[in-house]
Amino acid sequence: MKLLLKTTVSLGVLCLTAGAAFADCGIEGTGSVRILSNDFEALRLINSTAEECAADGITVTANATAEHKNLQVPALSINPAEYSVAVVANNSIVPLMNADLIRPLDDLVAEYGADLQPNQLIKIDGKTMAIAFMGNAQHLFYRKDILDQAGIAEPKSYEDILAAAEKIKADGLMEYPLAASDKPGWDLAAEFVNTYLGTGGEFFAPGSAELAIDNENGMKVLETMRALTQYMDPDYLTFDANGIQAEYKAGNVAMMVQWGSLAGDMLDGEGAAEGVVENTVLAAAPVIDGGTTPAVALWWDGFTIAKNISDDDAAASFQAMVHGISPEMVAANPTVATWLVKGYEPGPNAVGVIATANAGARAYPMQPYMGLLHTALSAELAEYMAGSEDAAQALADVKAAYDTAAKEGGYL
Amino acid sequence: MPHKTFFAFILPSLIAMVLFIALPIVSVVVQSFHVEHGRILVQVESCQPFGGCTTETRVDTAAMAELREEQPMGRFNGFGTYLNRGHLAVDEIGAILANNNGIGDIVTRIYNLPLYKALAFTLVFCFVVTPIAMALGFVIALAVNTVPKMVKGPVIFFSLLPMIITPLIGSLILYWMIQPNGIIGANLRVLFDDPTLSLRQSPLLTWLSLLFYGVWTNAPFSFVVFYAGLQTVPADTLESAMIDGASRWERIRYVVIPHLAPLATFVALVQLMDNFRVFEPIVGFSAEANATSLSWLIFNDLSGDAQLFGSAGATSVITIIGVIILLSPVLVRTWREFNHKVV
Repeated sequence: MKLLLKTTVSLGVLCLTAGAAFADCGIEGTGSVRILSNDFEALRLINSTAEECAADGITVTANATAEHKNLQVPALSINPAEYSVAVVANNSIVPLMNADLIRPLDDLVAEYGADLQPNQLIKIDGKTMAIAFMGNAQHLFYRKDILDQAGIAEPKSYEDILAAAEKIKADGLMEYPLAASDKPGWDLAAEFVNTYLGTGGEFFAPGSAELAIDNENGMKVLETMRALTQYMDPDYLTFDANGIQAEYKAGNVAMMVQWGSLAGDMLDGEGAAEGVVENTVLAAAPVIDGGTTPAVALWWDGFTIAKNISDDDAAASFQAMVHGISPEMVAANPTVATWLVKGYEPGPNAVGVIATANAGARAYPMQPYMGLLHTALSAELAEYMAGSEDAAQALADVKAAYDTAAKEGGYL
Repeated sequence: MPHKTFFAFILPSLIAMVLFIALPIVSVVVQSFHVEHGRILVQVESCQPFGGCTTETRVDTAAMAELREEQPMGRFNGFGTYLNRGHLAVDEIGAILANNNGIGDIVTRIYNLPLYKALAFTLVFCFVVTPIAMALGFVIALAVNTVPKMVKGPVIFFSLLPMIITPLIGSLILYWMIQPNGIIGANLRVLFDDPTLSLRQSPLLTWLSLLFYGVWTNAPFSFVVFYAGLQTVPADTLESAMIDGASRWERIRYVVIPHLAPLATFVALVQLMDNFRVFEPIVGFSAEANATSLSWLIFNDLSGDAQLFGSAGATSVITIIGVIILLSPVLVRTWREFNHKVV
């Protein structure tokens, strides 16, 4: 009897809270919300929070998939668009902008965006095109115990990291103290972009698509990237971010520059060897060559609303997403990501990203032809990193591949 | 069969072939002759959560929409895409041939061009894997043919497993096994007494692993076809050969192999075609640094933030031409045999 009572009460409470969630969302009118997003924990959480808005006349569906970048342009090109919301990042908003597939949000922000902070509004040409809700960056993860044993302080630059790696190796503490996501493809290109941002150089000549990395900065970046590999597992060319995460957890690595979004997973320590998690320190990304800018790109994730949908759907979608990223959701899930939302108190997993942002790291470039450069880097740096080509040749190859693609893409 | 009946008989498949094979190929060819319109760029101010506002370059979408309205296919580029550095690279090769330090230098520099690098691995894969896989398949077929009837079913099933497994999964499984802490990788380290041995680090070892995978996954197809063929070898001829005192090897060499030769042509045709399109193992083995193929180039053009449809189209057409060239000797031979039989 007691059990029955308990069950009834908890069920009742459940119904009440669910009801409250419905009431909280309170979208007026009717509309259909169809979300397309990448597939990781923070986004799945936002999607399921937005789905609470489903009510009479309001339908909410979400598709979280790693293939979102390939889907978004064709899916938003048709009229009416397959998805009313596309969740994007600095780089994936560019194809949508290039093809004019997303709508300005200023009216919607004025009407429904009371909870949004000014720095969440991504403004392009004076118009709000996206609402950012989380930040991300790669930053330094290091093992305090190993560095203490070698008598080294926290490394602040790539030069420090190289010296520390040499000492750790010489002391016989670890054979391969470093790791990086150098897998040819997106990862390797991102490593180059990161490090190059730290030099303070620009990727393109101002106002044009002319590539400008064939200079001292480019050479310095490549030399540093290769110098790091001598302290890495010989298979370094096959490791992506998940690969180095596993190596680090296994206790084989002392220092790595890894995604802030994987810091939560690291601190959870699932599958980690003994002593790894409690000795891990998250710090700002290193600088390079005496510079002061951290050598990584800052990323934001945000949502955009499709152009080819009815105004009703757009209004419903905007409200559902604002509910999805509401301060209440963030307050309930502070450790899932580095939120940009009002009232967020950074947890232990966010210190690295925040330190990196505070140190003045630059955002991943949003030029329309940046994607072409990223693709050129991803294919042409592999031979240099494998050691079968010199840096000058690698830069020349990148330039040639980029020029070819940019001509074909109509930018040059 | 009267021509009319024959035509009516094959009409449905003819329609399907035109719709699903011929038309897509035509569209790919047309696509490969076009590139994107020249982009009209404008300077705008953009503001982000970090770093405040900056002036950035954007595409003027309204102006681009007008251009696209006029010419939806994009700009006509003729053979421009085919000849650029990403494909046949005629200018680059001209420059290399005009100014170089000997044969070694020429080869290295041409190998540095994406299409030729991909072509090198693709051709090696074709010409190493096809014969070895066929020979292995034939040996398995001979062996299975002599197994007692009771266990034949299970043995055939196990021999077919590599073909049943999805290529991407198959290559991933092998990739994990050859990792330094995988069963094959760890044993190789012990065997060669070299604690730093890794099959993934050098181009040569990566190529060898990929070729090994190719043979493993392709052998079952040859096996099935040859095994079926073995059931049709005339028992009389075999018996008379035995009476004449032929050994098992002599029977295989002088009776079985000549009997299966036409089948071998068929298998070679299919396998060459398949292997020329090698793709999954490169992705599965994360081997992009050391080995690429024509199909991988197409994949690379179409994935990522910026998609190059013209470039992918041109590589596809080059692949089709490559397949035709590869198959021409076999096709010519089949055609001659066919004519010979009719006469």
